[in-house]
Formats: sequence, C-alpha cells, structure tokens
Amino acid sequence: MGRLSAEQAVGDAFRTEWGRVVAHLIRVTANWDLAEECAQDAFTRALERWPRDGVPENPGGWLKVTARNRAFDRLRRARVGEDKLREVGKAMSEHPEDEESEVGIEDDRLRLIFTCCHPALPIEGQVALTLRTLCGLTTIEIARAFMVPTETMAKRLVRTKHKIQNARIPYRVPPDYHLPERLRAVLVVLYALFNEGYSATAGSDLIRRNLCAEAIRLARLLVELMPDEPEALGLLSLLLLHDARRPARLDAAGDLVTLEDQDRRLWDRPAIDEACALLDKAMRLRRPGLYQLQAAIAACHGTAESADETDWAEIVILYDRLNQLAASPVVRLNGAVAVAMAFGPQAGLDLVDEIEQGGELADYYLLPATRADLLRRLGRTAEARSAYAEALELAPTDAERRYLSQRLAEA
Amino acid sequence: MRYALFVCADESQELSEEEVQEQWKAFMRFQQDMEARGALVTLQRLQPTSTATKVRKRDGGLVVADGPFAETREQIAGFYVLECEDLDEALEFAARNPAAEFGTVEVRPVWAD
Repeated sequence: MGRLSAEQAVGDAFRTEWGRVVAHLIRVTANWDLAEECAQDAFTRALERWPRDGVPENPGGWLKVTARNRAFDRLRRARVGEDKLREVGKAMSEHPEDEESEVGIEDDRLRLIFTCCHPALPIEGQVALTLRTLCGLTTIEIARAFMVPTETMAKRLVRTKHKIQNARIPYRVPPDYHLPERLRAVLVVLYALFNEGYSATAGSDLIRRNLCAEAIRLARLLVELMPDEPEALGLLSLLLLHDARRPARLDAAGDLVTLEDQDRRLWDRPAIDEACALLDKAMRLRRPGLYQLQAAIAACHGTAESADETDWAEIVILYDRLNQLAASPVVRLNGAVAVAMAFGPQAGLDLVDEIEQGGELADYYLLPATRADLLRRLGRTAEARSAYAEALELAPTDAERRYLSQRLAEA
Repeated sequence: MRYALFVCADESQELSEEEVQEQWKAFMRFQQDMEARGALVTLQRLQPTSTATKVRKRDGGLVVADGPFAETREQIAGFYVLECEDLDEALEFAARNPAAEFGTVEVRPVWAD
C-alpha cells in the first residue's frame, strides 16, 4: 500500500474512530485530558506505522488498543497507586481486544454524548466539548468556528472538563426516568451547533459548513444509538431539510434569499427524500415532539415544487400543534405568516397585531418586518414603509438590513 | 462525595402562620428522608440577613459593615452537606428540597481532603 493511501486511511479512521477511542478511554481511565492525549498519540503513531507496515485489518481496534496501552504506560509512569492501575486494568479487560461486542463501544459514545451535554454544564461548554471529544475538532478549529480567540476556547474546554471531574458528573447514559429531559438537552446542543453554522453569515464559509456537517453526523450517531427515539429522528430529519436548502440560500452577492424566492432546483433532493423517510419513521412511533413538528413544516416546504404549491393549510395546522406543545411568541409569529399565506394577508395581520399587543417581541425585528410585508400585500404602502423602517432599526446583521432596505425601496 | 446544598430564598416573602407550618413540615420531611438514606452529614439554618455583618480587611484597615456579602433578592437561608454518589444524585436530592419550589437550591461539590 502506498504512503498516500495509508495516510488517507488514517484520515478516514480519524473521522470514524476518534469519538470511539476517546469515549472508551474516558470510561477506562476516568481522565478526560489523558483520554484526549492518548487518542491523539494513537493517531500520530498510525501516521508513522501504517505507511510502513500497512493498514491494519481492523483500524479502529488497532487505534483503541494503541491508545489504551499508551494510557496504561503513562499512568504507570506517573506512578498512580496500584489500586488505580488494577481498576483501569480491570476496566480494560471488560471489553476484549477483538471487540466483538460492538454494543459496548457504542455505549461509550452514548455515555460521552450525554455527559458532554449534561445540563449542569454551561451550554457553550457543552457544544465545545462535544466537538472536541466526539468529533475530534481541535481547539483552534472550534475557536475559529465560534469566532473567539483560541485561548478563550481552550479555557472554556478546560473549565468544562474540570466541572465534570470536580463536581463528579457521572459518565453514563441517564436512567430511563431522566431520559426524556436529558435527551432533550442533547438535542438542544446538536441543534445549537447546527444553527451556529447555518444562521450566522459571518465567519469562514468552510468552517461554518463543517459545523453543520458535524451536527448532522452527531444526529446520525444519536439515531443509530437510539433508533426508537422519535425526537432524535425528528432532529436529524430537520437538520437534513435545512441543509438541503443551503445551496439556494445565498445569492451571488452573499445576500439571503427568502424561501419564496429560492431556486428550488438547487435543493439537495436525495437529502430531502432521506429526511422525509426519517420523519415517516419517527411519526410511526406515535410520540410527537418539537423537532418532529418542525421537520414536518420544513418537509412541507421541501417537497413543494414551487412556493405557490406549498401546502400552507397543513403548515398552519402544524404550527398550531407546535404552539400547543411549546407556546412561544416566535412560533406564533411564524404561524401568523402561514395563516397569511393560507387565508390571506388580513388574517395574518390580525394575528400579528395580537402578538404585538402581547409585547413579548418588542425588540424582535421580524415582527415589524412581517407586519410590513403583510401591509405591502394589502396595498397599505405608507404603513408598510414605516414598518420596514422600524424593522431596519432592529435588524441584527448587515445581510438582513440589506434585504429590508431593498424591500423598503420597492414599497 | 460530599455536596453542599445552599437553600436560597426571598426573605421578604410574607407567609401566613399556616404556610410557615406547612413549609416547616416539608423541610422536616426532607431532612428525615436524607437521614434515613444515610446521606445527611450536617445542616444549618441561618438567621435572616438583617442579622448579617460583613467583615473586610484592606491595606491593614478593618471594615465592618451591616448586611450580607451581596445584595440579591434571594439570600442563603441555610445549607445542608450531603454524601452523594455523584452530581446526578445531589441534583435529585436538591430537586426534592422544598426550596426548589419557591426559591433556588445551589449545589456545590465540597473539596475532598
């Protein structure tokens, strides 16, 4: 085997095996830093050995054993107590080296996900640690993705790991009676990770796309590990649907293109099909939830041939159900847009007025922006213009301000 | 592993005699529960912050002043030290404390020797 293909094999193994190796080492050593360092060592060694000796038959097994031996050596050299060594040795022998018991390893990654996404940890720490330990992103890469100095990210990771260790957050999949709420916390982290890459327009495009890809990869892993959890299926479906529209989201100038105006031929059809199949599977489990409903809404858009053919009446129903499950003014605002599309701008405007009276979205630019759009469609141009101006004041990014200015100019 | 559970509550809350009794019973139930599990190491109930005094020494000078260390709506009203398996167990116990219903319970691991 040539050097290049051996290096390629190490790269492939990194993507598929990093999380497994780290998850396993954390369980046997209970030491997060040691686990990361020894995993890193194992991959470095693979880069030296595989081009020379050939790629092992079971690269994952090779990496795990190498990392484990390294951890054992280092613990021995650090003269940890005999008791600790025996404990680690015992944990190591629980899973034979040939790793016939795939299930055991999968459990380690699930343990790792639930521990990284423990609600006692700060959310930014949860996201960063998940990227570091499960996906193998370096601190520098994570720092770039979140546009913070490397040192800040390094501190964040250290603090998070310290809390796990010092407050003794257990390394385990939570018991059944805690599973629903803890799984929700995991889904929140994966969705936050995806949105970080999807919604912000600043930062390097490549790094941001990578964040979305990692979020999808983790959601896939979660579905693989917990195949009967409808909300995990729902989240994966939702992420795939959002991601499928990526090629059509920005125009040549880098400005946001609204769903209505997107060139639907650019959407990733196979991804949409896969997402719909996942959603079907989730719905058959008959335990509806927030992510399934959001995916169902995204699927209505994703499967419509054109903006005009969108099944808005169905979307209105889905927003109603979403509101019953988790009432929020933002969901109601989105619902009002759907109502306007299904039953005319006046019906939508009535709802927007109601939300505005509630006062909860006072600083949210999409409230006046939505009102402006509806007024424009009703031909109430003067009012529309003043609502666009109001939205412009509140809009958080340049891309959004450009979009609104354009609309204001048209009105 | 030991964890301190700080009971934080709004002192200005006015309760009827009956409510005070109810609350007292609820705290006693929690205490008995912790004792029965062998988890209770110690507990202390504190007098209100109107009795608190701050002491600081700066540049050799002593400053003594009235009041708690921080002026916040919720103040520490007491604390428990519990022996728990891990943070998850400590959090479960904290959730059972009556103060979780009307105030906040802060859970802090205690350094081991």
